[in-house]
Amino acid sequence: MATRKFNALPGFGLTMGVTVFFLTVMVLIPFAGLVVRACGLNWHEFWMLATNARALDAYKLTFGASFFAAIANVIFGTLLAWVLVRYEFPGRRFIDAMVDFPFALPTAVAGLTLANMFAVNGWLGKYLVPLGLKVAFTPLGIVVALTFVGMPFVVRTLQPVLEHLEREVEEAAATLGAGRMRTFVSVIAPTLLPSILTGFALAFARAIGEYGSVVFISSNLRGNEIAPFLIMLRLEQYDYTGAIALAVVLLVFSFVLLAIINVLEQWASRFQS
Amino acid sequence: MAGNVKRKVIGDSHRKSQRGTEESPVVKWVLISIALAFCLVFLLLPLANVFAQAFGQGIKAYLAALTDPDSLAAMRLTLLVAAISVPLNVIFGVCAAWAIAKFNFRGKSLLITLIDLPFSVSPVVAGLMFVVLFGTNGFFGEWLQDHPLHLFGREYAIKIIFAIPGIVLATMFVTFPFVARELIPVMQATGTEQEQAALTLGASGWTTFWHVTLPSVKWGLVYGIILCNARAMGEFGAVSVVSGHIIGQTETMPLRIQGLYEGGTAASGSAAFAVASLLALLALVTLGVKTFLEWQQAREYELAQQALAPVRQDPVFQKPEDFR
Repeated sequence: MATRKFNALPGFGLTMGVTVFFLTVMVLIPFAGLVVRACGLNWHEFWMLATNARALDAYKLTFGASFFAAIANVIFGTLLAWVLVRYEFPGRRFIDAMVDFPFALPTAVAGLTLANMFAVNGWLGKYLVPLGLKVAFTPLGIVVALTFVGMPFVVRTLQPVLEHLEREVEEAAATLGAGRMRTFVSVIAPTLLPSILTGFALAFARAIGEYGSVVFISSNLRGNEIAPFLIMLRLEQYDYTGAIALAVVLLVFSFVLLAIINVLEQWASRFQS
Repeated sequence: MAGNVKRKVIGDSHRKSQRGTEESPVVKWVLISIALAFCLVFLLLPLANVFAQAFGQGIKAYLAALTDPDSLAAMRLTLLVAAISVPLNVIFGVCAAWAIAKFNFRGKSLLITLIDLPFSVSPVVAGLMFVVLFGTNGFFGEWLQDHPLHLFGREYAIKIIFAIPGIVLATMFVTFPFVARELIPVMQATGTEQEQAALTLGASGWTTFWHVTLPSVKWGLVYGIILCNARAMGEFGAVSVVSGHIIGQTETMPLRIQGLYEGGTAASGSAAFAVASLLALLALVTLGVKTFLEWQQAREYELAQQALAPVRQDPVFQKPEDFR
């Protein structure tokens, strides 16, 4: 910033001190504790704990369900962002405000109400279950819960990009004879792609760590255990090393995703002004 | 998240560009219908269902469920935890924002990354970190067990895990970035000229902060606080790990909901929804305040733009470029 050459503002020492103190106590020491404990395991032991059949099943379910939920978020999130930015219809502002509802609603409440809605006698379950579509207490239910939780990400990442999209480019495409579909596929979609991928990665990252909503709608039996649930189970059995090994695997995946998200956001920002 | 402010411009370009840059009305309404159907199933029905189930057994059962001593204890604990963790996070957030937004120093982006770190950690893993530190086999657990607190001639065992301090710590961890994250860009956007002017005129640092900085960032601060509070009251995973689920003692509202849900009877089921309805109400209030603040901010932005129309290049209204 241009105004920083001379800075007479006071309080840098104090505020920086408080910041570093809080950061150390609340974040760095807890992290260090987990890392030190994980390093205390020998490699073979760690590998056995982190890759036994049950753990592998849990990763498969966690990543699979998170992937499908993020895909659902991309499809419906892109559509929703498009509709909210481009069209005028009754209730638009209300829907726009409600998009953040999954962020504001405690995950336990989300899981509770979704499990109830899709149960045999629930509002949606009573129509879906006779059709053979079981959602509550199945992996499909986990996808539904994760879709709910990750819904705002794609919409909120795309909205500003769509708002700043230049209409002139679309007009040019139309003038050159492109149909609306053609314009969308070859002109609009490529511009949105980095933001869509960012939204996907954000929703996916959130879904991988999610626990509260899933634990209500999943049967939590073998085959329906997500990785965070398995960590919880290990803790309840006082198997701390087992829990730590799984936690390290989840953490590594979170950090890899965080790095990917940073790269994607930089790529996306090149498309904006 | 803050600042969807450019709606007006879009509205204008809507009217003039009908030539080939708009979908046919059929396509348009099909798209709108699909989007609305999705919102109905994923937003409105879940919300309506909370209240329908909560009042399903009648208003008497609803009130009885809410006044159950264990549910009341859960509400008190949730309020207590929020009352401790939110103000502490506000102190941290204001300090971090001041240091980061108003000064240049090396390692700033690393600091911002570290502050954001709790957002990318699974809540269950966050809870586990505190068990590793303070559990019976933890780093400090044994020491704490051997060193009870002596106060007024009596001995008090210091318990962190399976007790309230652990719940506060876990809550603070998951809500750690909220206030700082909302405040940093707002404080960066206002620059330092006004504070410099106040200091030149003889105001003390504290007066400057209180009368110059705070008023200009107050909406961002309120925004951060309500988001932080909503998450603090609703946190489930991290709290679940450290709480121990002792009914009436270490159960927060979300944990109480789970306990009642797993109770399995129709009565405990609707009691779970009764407690859940309070948290859903909190979510709605949070959303309402958030929407109001965004509206407020958009209006102030527009007014500022109008006032600045002749001198558009004013650096004060440049976007903060080095956040994130």
